[in-house]
Formats: sequence, structure tokens, C-alpha cells
Amino acid sequence: MLKLDRISAGYGAAQVLRDVSLSVSAGEILCLMGRNGAGKTTAMRAIMGLIPLMGGRVLLDGAEVSALPAHKVARAGIGYVPQGRGLFAGLTVAQNLEIGMRTRASPPDVLEEVLALFPRLRERYRQQAQTLSGGEQQMLATARALCLRPKALLLDEPTEGLQPSMVAAIRDVTLAMRAKGVAILLVEQRLDAVLQIADRVAFIENGRGGDVVPVEALARDRSIAARYLGV
Amino acid sequence: MSGAARITLLHGGLIAALLALHFVLPVYHHGNMARIMVLASYAVGYNIVFGYTGLLSLGHALFFAAGMYGMGLAVQHLGMGPGAALAIGVAAGALIAGALGLLALRTTGVAFMIVTLMFAQAGYLAILYFGDWTRGDEGFVIARASRVLWGIDLSDPGNRYLAAWALFSAALLASLWLVRAPFGRSLIAIRENEARTVMLGYDTFRLKWAAMVVSGTISGAAGAAYALLFGYAGASFAAVEYSILPLLWVLLGGAGTVLGPFVGTLFMFYLIDLSSGITTAYMLIAGVVLVLLTLFAPQGLMGELRRRFWGWLP
Repeated sequence: MLKLDRISAGYGAAQVLRDVSLSVSAGEILCLMGRNGAGKTTAMRAIMGLIPLMGGRVLLDGAEVSALPAHKVARAGIGYVPQGRGLFAGLTVAQNLEIGMRTRASPPDVLEEVLALFPRLRERYRQQAQTLSGGEQQMLATARALCLRPKALLLDEPTEGLQPSMVAAIRDVTLAMRAKGVAILLVEQRLDAVLQIADRVAFIENGRGGDVVPVEALARDRSIAARYLGV
Repeated sequence: MSGAARITLLHGGLIAALLALHFVLPVYHHGNMARIMVLASYAVGYNIVFGYTGLLSLGHALFFAAGMYGMGLAVQHLGMGPGAALAIGVAAGALIAGALGLLALRTTGVAFMIVTLMFAQAGYLAILYFGDWTRGDEGFVIARASRVLWGIDLSDPGNRYLAAWALFSAALLASLWLVRAPFGRSLIAIRENEARTVMLGYDTFRLKWAAMVVSGTISGAAGAAYALLFGYAGASFAAVEYSILPLLWVLLGGAGTVLGPFVGTLFMFYLIDLSSGITTAYMLIAGVVLVLLTLFAPQGLMGELRRRFWGWLP
């Protein structure tokens, strides 16, 4: 579904990612783990076309999307929920979702589907995004990305700083998207959370791809994670 | 009362009130109000780019002057009637905004401000340079006979007021419709978070360019109407001051509010008018009032009203 073929990327002359290859299948959650500054967020930004690739290709369903401008990458079917959520703070929940629905000709029932996943947003439907709690904002950011009916979804630390009930809600939605066949690339720092949700875990170290292991193997032998994360 | 009903009532009420003022205002204020409505139309155009899209342009005088000179030169040198000349003026504003947008929108932030300012200065200097046509700094008067549109003499104060009212009403309603339409929501999304808007699949360059063209068209219409209604086209309207003024009007009235441009223009016009009646140092008074407003109502008058009481205000 989503494939990174030896991608290199960075900011200006500073190269961050070097020859990273990964693939995420439909209905799979691949968690990307690494220390701070390892290149996890850079990888997501490179997939979305927000920073230019220095080498390699990104493919979605076998078609190269890395040559496309960022807005066409989104239209091709890759949704991205960045750290910090990036909501349209002055707009209501409804307006945020409506904006999310326009570019991929989402069918009319997609809004109902999304609101069914996030009943809390239905209660806050006419409320301004900036007045939502942190967890609700994360829900809205995720819901808005889902309005695009993405084939692949990139989630950058979606549960960071959230209270346990919100973490559980986000986890349930992520699992529901997996069940619908969405390929999910998740950046997550907390090993316990990864073990609960991921199918496979890919490690990244100093911008280079490391081991890719099934989550069961990681559960049996946490020393792999300790080696990459230093914990 | 629903939000839509309140919005209709408020904006329709303002339009109706301005029409009613035509019948009751004393001559002096009647003339002022006609001028304010034309200038407020210009501010409405500016608000599309600045207030809703978040692009701080310092070159809008170019679009206002394009409309003014497009109209004026068409009458003066091509012998066109006022209707066709008015259309030329509006088209000139749209075309120049489209061309400038293609270049300036490749920059962002301070660079965008500087590029738009430079283009506007180039336009101003071009008006001075081609003085044989434009009469340079002096400008030129548009003859009364050339200001009769469809049998209506627009040099008559009553007709002028009604024409200014029609222009302002059209600009206000167009702006209201636009910002509540999907296109307007997309512009607001760009203002709030352009990178995020891109990630939702929007071609933000194209949207910003469209906003520039709409803004330039309304600004050009205001410039053309100014020339037609007040019978004069002058280089001072292309100077940097006329790029700063709509920014001030919009900031004072409330950037990103439909009524803000009108409120800001009205407030600033009468602030200067009244303070200049008290002292020759009227800009000092105006400056102090502006500083106070910026301190205590940083979102502008209508912006504060929206923040404190009327959250539904578009």
C-alpha cells in the first residue's frame, strides 16, 4: 500500500534521512520508533511532500506520489495528522470537518462515519476548535484527516500529553481505521502503547532505517527497543 | 433567532440604514458618506486578501489606481462612455491583480509585503512617467458630460450617493457571500494554517491567487467608481498612502469581519475630519486614538464585538 523506497530527505543542506525503506500494508499499523531527532517526523513530512526528497521514491498502491506537490499527495489518499494538531482554531468543529471533506470528493456519508467514530465531536459540533480540550482537539485533527477517506494515514504522536481516557479513545479509532483497511504509519514514543496497538515496529536511528520487527517479537524481547531508544 | 437570520438582519439593516441616511443626512455629511462608502468598498476588497486570507499586501493602491485610471483614461483618451469605461476600470484591477499575484504569491511574509509594495511603487512611477497621458502628479478632471451613466448624472450629489450606496452594497453582499461559501472557508483555513490546508489537499497557491483577483476586482471597481463619481483621477491615489489606508481601515474595523472595513473607514474618516477641526496637529490626535484602540481592541472594533458578544459575526 504505502512504500518508502530508499528515501533521503532533510532541510536545506542538512540531510536528516538517509536511504530509509519501509512498507505498510492495507489494514496494518506500522509504528516508527526512534530517539528524538532520529528523523521520524521528517519521514512523515517527506512522505507528504512538505519537504523535497533528496533521493528515493514514495509509492502509494504502486503509483509514485513523491513527484507530486503536497496537496496532490493528500488528494492521492495520504492523510496526515501532525504533532501540534494544526487545527483551524477560529473555525467550528463542523467547519473544520467540512474543509477536510472537500478535496477528495468524499461521499456524503463520510461525515456520519467520522462522527460515529468520535461521538464527542458531535456534542461539540458548533463549538470553536480553540475552545476544545487537548484530547478533543486531537480527535478533531484525526477526524478531519479521516474525512479525506485516506488509503494511508500518518499519525505523529497522536496521544502525546493526553489523559488516559482520551488516549484510549484515539487508540480505539486507530484500530477501527485499521479494521477498515487503512494503512497506518504511527510515530509513538511510549513502548507500552506501541505494544497494544502496532502490528510491526520499525526503528530509525540517526536518519537511517533499523530493524523492523513484529510487535510480538518486541513484546518478548524489549532489549531491541532499549538498543534504539536508550531506555 | 438563528445565526443566518441574525447575519441577514445585521448586514441588511446596515444597507437599509445607509439608504435611509440618504434622505436625512445634512449636505456635508451626505457628501462624506458617499465618499466613505466608495472607500469602504475598497477596504472590503482589501479585507478579502488581508483579513480572510492572511496576506499582508502593501500594494493595493495599484489595483485602486488601475480601476481609477482604467476608467479615466478610457473616457479621456479613447472617448468611451462611462459604462464601458467603468468596465475597463474593473477589468484593469482584476488583470493587474492576477498578474501581480502570479509573481508576488511566490513569496511569503515580509518578502510578500516588499514585493507588493515595489509593484505598487512601479505603478505610481509609471503614472508620473507617462504624464502626457495621465497628466502626472496633477491628475485630470473627468468632464461632467462623461459622468452621465444610463441617463443618470452621477455628478449630482443625490445620484452620487445612491451610486456609492449601490457599489458598497454589492461589495458588502459579495464579501458576505464569499466568506460563507466553501471558497471563503478555504481562505480562512489558509490564514489559520496554510501548511495544514495543503495537507488536506488544497492547492493554496491557486486559492490565494483567486483571492488576489477577487480583491483586485473589488478594489478596481472602487477606484473606477471613485473616478466616475468624484470626477477626478490623480497619482496620489496610487501612492503608498493608499496602500496603507485600507490596511488601517481594516485593522481598526476588524480584520476578517465583513462589516469591519466599513466601520474602520467610517471611524478613521471622521476621526481625521473632526480632529482637523480642532487643531492643525490633528494627526497627533488621530495617532493617540489609534494607539489606544490598538491597545484595548487589538482585533478591531467588530473583531472585539465578535470576541466579546457576537460570536456568530462573519
